[in-house]
Amino acid sequence: MSAKTDVKNYTGFRTLTFVCLFILYAPLVVVTIYSFNASPSITVWEGFSLRWYGDVFTGPESGKFKAAAINSFSIALIAATLATIIATSAATAIVRGGIFKTRTLSLGLISLPLMVPEIVLAVATLIFFNAVGFTRGYMTILVAHIAFCIPFAYLPIQARMQGIEDTYEQAAMDLYATKAQAFRRVLLPLMMPGIISGFLLAFIVSLDDFIITNFVKGAGVETLPTAIFGSVKQGLKPNIMAISTMLLALSIVMVTLSYFVSKTDNTK
Amino acid sequence: MAGGAATGGSAAADTYKSARHWLLLPSWLVLVLVVLAPVCMMLIYSFLTKEFRGGVIWEPTLAAYDQFFFDRGLFGDDPPKIEWTYITIFWRSIWQAGLATILSLIIGFPTAYFIATRPERTRALWVFLVTIPYWVNLLIRTVSMKFLLRDQGPMNDFLISTGLIDDPLRIVNTNLAVQLGLFYSYLPFMVLPIYASVERYNFAMSEAAADLYATKWTTLRRIVLPAVKPGVIAGCILVFVPSLGAFLAPDLLGGAKNFMIGSLIEEQFKGNAGNWPFGAAAAMVLLTMVLILLMIFARQQRRAEASP
Amino acid sequence: MKPIKRMTQTAMALALMASGAAAEGDLVIYHWFEYIPQDLLDKFTAETGINVTMDTYDSNESMLAALKAGGMGTYDVAVPGDYMVKIMAGEGLLDTISDGELANKGNIAPAWADPSFDPGRKHSIPYQWGSTSFSVDSDVYSGDINTTDILFNPPAELAGKINMLDAQGEVLATAALHLGIPQCSTDREQLKALNELLQASKDNWVSFNSDTAKEVLVSGDAAAGMIWDGFSAKAREEKASITYAFPTQGYVVWMDNVVLLNDAPNRDSAIKFMDFLLEPENIAAVSNFARYADGLTGTAEFLDPALATLPEANPHDGAGPGVFVEACDEATQAVYDQIWTNLKK
Repeated sequence: MSAKTDVKNYTGFRTLTFVCLFILYAPLVVVTIYSFNASPSITVWEGFSLRWYGDVFTGPESGKFKAAAINSFSIALIAATLATIIATSAATAIVRGGIFKTRTLSLGLISLPLMVPEIVLAVATLIFFNAVGFTRGYMTILVAHIAFCIPFAYLPIQARMQGIEDTYEQAAMDLYATKAQAFRRVLLPLMMPGIISGFLLAFIVSLDDFIITNFVKGAGVETLPTAIFGSVKQGLKPNIMAISTMLLALSIVMVTLSYFVSKTDNTK
Repeated sequence: MAGGAATGGSAAADTYKSARHWLLLPSWLVLVLVVLAPVCMMLIYSFLTKEFRGGVIWEPTLAAYDQFFFDRGLFGDDPPKIEWTYITIFWRSIWQAGLATILSLIIGFPTAYFIATRPERTRALWVFLVTIPYWVNLLIRTVSMKFLLRDQGPMNDFLISTGLIDDPLRIVNTNLAVQLGLFYSYLPFMVLPIYASVERYNFAMSEAAADLYATKWTTLRRIVLPAVKPGVIAGCILVFVPSLGAFLAPDLLGGAKNFMIGSLIEEQFKGNAGNWPFGAAAAMVLLTMVLILLMIFARQQRRAEASP
Repeated sequence: MKPIKRMTQTAMALALMASGAAAEGDLVIYHWFEYIPQDLLDKFTAETGINVTMDTYDSNESMLAALKAGGMGTYDVAVPGDYMVKIMAGEGLLDTISDGELANKGNIAPAWADPSFDPGRKHSIPYQWGSTSFSVDSDVYSGDINTTDILFNPPAELAGKINMLDAQGEVLATAALHLGIPQCSTDREQLKALNELLQASKDNWVSFNSDTAKEVLVSGDAAAGMIWDGFSAKAREEKASITYAFPTQGYVVWMDNVVLLNDAPNRDSAIKFMDFLLEPENIAAVSNFARYADGLTGTAEFLDPALATLPEANPHDGAGPGVFVEACDEATQAVYDQIWTNLKK
């Protein structure tokens, strides 16, 4: 038994892991600490205070951030939902549709947003919308988000679906179920963890997006990242630190949630 | 990438054969209209004439690519020499992205290996510890890094107070800051694929090597590494490609002086320059580079799968 | 299926709410950053019931770029500088204001009522005016700062710690002043000299940034930097050692104007907003916040008394001439664009 653990442990790896985690968390932790700074100056520590959290919700810039947050979350919700639906139907065709001529092509098309660098996508979309006269605004952001969320939703769904034997559906159809029924009552429930993973992934990706959104957004429409960028360009202010801490907390919650979702699946 | 695995799946799975074209229709519709068509439009734009102060005139010309590769002097009428500036910017971006990838590898590989060799109960916890920062907005992470590193920021304050240095380390607005920013942005992308590969690795092989008196490091080099190569390569690509086209790190941390490709392209459309065909041309060059890289990777992948 | 259905319903509701909120027949303005106080916009909303949405930019050139990139038809008003008004008029981006549409037009001070960039004020109203020069942290360097050598040939204490504005017009104009050559020059030798000057000076500059022009000086990331006079006054409030310079070679002066854009989605609201800004009390609020000067009569009683004696607004005797940025013709502009590109890359 001791020989087994020996081959797994390499000196220095543990240290490097902690270095890695330290690097990942240091900036965020520092910002979190300073978000509680009572002083408006970001270089001088003056004591503990929750004023900036209050400022985010009631201060002079609160209206702007509130509108941006509503935009961000609504776009993320719609885009993730639609992307998940589209990705699910595409995955069904690719994984369960047999071998057909356009299969690799379809797969390539779905992976396209992942292969093209984000800045290229952003510029291309801007040019295209401009050329066809699609006025930039909320809808342009939404349409762009749906498109690049599809591959993110697709990956977990395909992975999950491949792991499910099609014998269940065959059995259902032997029992005179229609294809639609087999899909809805057999495949879909089995795929649910993959679909949920896909949805969460697409949701976060949409919420997080900056470059594409910054290029295709229209007058007066901001999402949370673009609003933060606009504010941060003039210097990091304490209320931004408060927002950052809140988003960090949100991400911890979401990740913990998805952890428990995947746990319940494993125990099945 | 995902393609290899998919075609290797159950060959007989054709349950929804009849409906498959309808099922694929929505994704085709959205992706062709919102991704493929725009990229084609961008290709077209790179061959159009620039309109004075922004926009395009629909007249075909090679001016944009010419500007990219050739220097015709300040007044446009010198004999063409090679324009090194943009090539330099691209080279600098490749170099920055490469360095960031190597750094991520040096720190990410041991981390991934370490996590994968933890007992199963705690493994998931480690994975989440690594992924939680990723879920925080990239913008915020970049800004936090800037806050930490600035001349009068916490890091310098700490180093000065402990007497390790006398003057603050000027990191922000240098290449180093951009490096750190890129590395910080995409580190989890390196860790996770390697972790996935190592997790599937059969440690019995390492044990066998140990029985044959191989040192641990030899085992690592000659047995473990080749076995987890797909994960390592995936991680490298997932860090390299986004770093190449990155915009936030060079913009916020580099002081708008350390121009990388992303900043160059952005400047054409949102900044002062207003040269759309040129921006489109630069974007096409970037896209071509990335696609070539991915094709090489795909070919490697196919070769790796073919050989037992 | 149920959770998906419920999510879709919520999503639709949110979408309706969000898109509805954006298009309530309000006013969409495109404005410089950190310039107009939010209180003033709130006052406008309170008086007229019109909601105001504002996007910001950090240079005349990027404003033009954004408008030309599909921004027309989505904004009602913008705030370009003097030379940019002329450019925009030439490009057909500005709507005409008929006589009598602006009730408060009479409030415009005679000096600003008929400028060369917009004769008769057909497309614009004066907003704020000021100068663009640079500031130095006197704690770092205590010598004479009233020369453009600070930017282009800096003393050792400042080398490598200078921030420049990310604004082509103003940077090139300042460089031209330093060399003593005219703006929009077509003399090849002069243009080459300009290019070489900028290339040589670049090593001494740490960044090109307009948004953080104030912050870098206050935080110490830069010891000197190009900056607008009002912005520098605000910097001095946070750090008393920041001193504004009036170089003997001359400096840039500008007037910002509020223009009515073509295809404005809410033209009536835009006119009301422009009338609102032509009231002395309201424009004084902008001056008090941004620390610039206004272009109307009758504002004295509303202005912060400190503004009259601001060192940033009162050039000393040895100061050089204040010059406006000039917009060049297409051929000449191409060369200047090339010089700027050479600088940024």
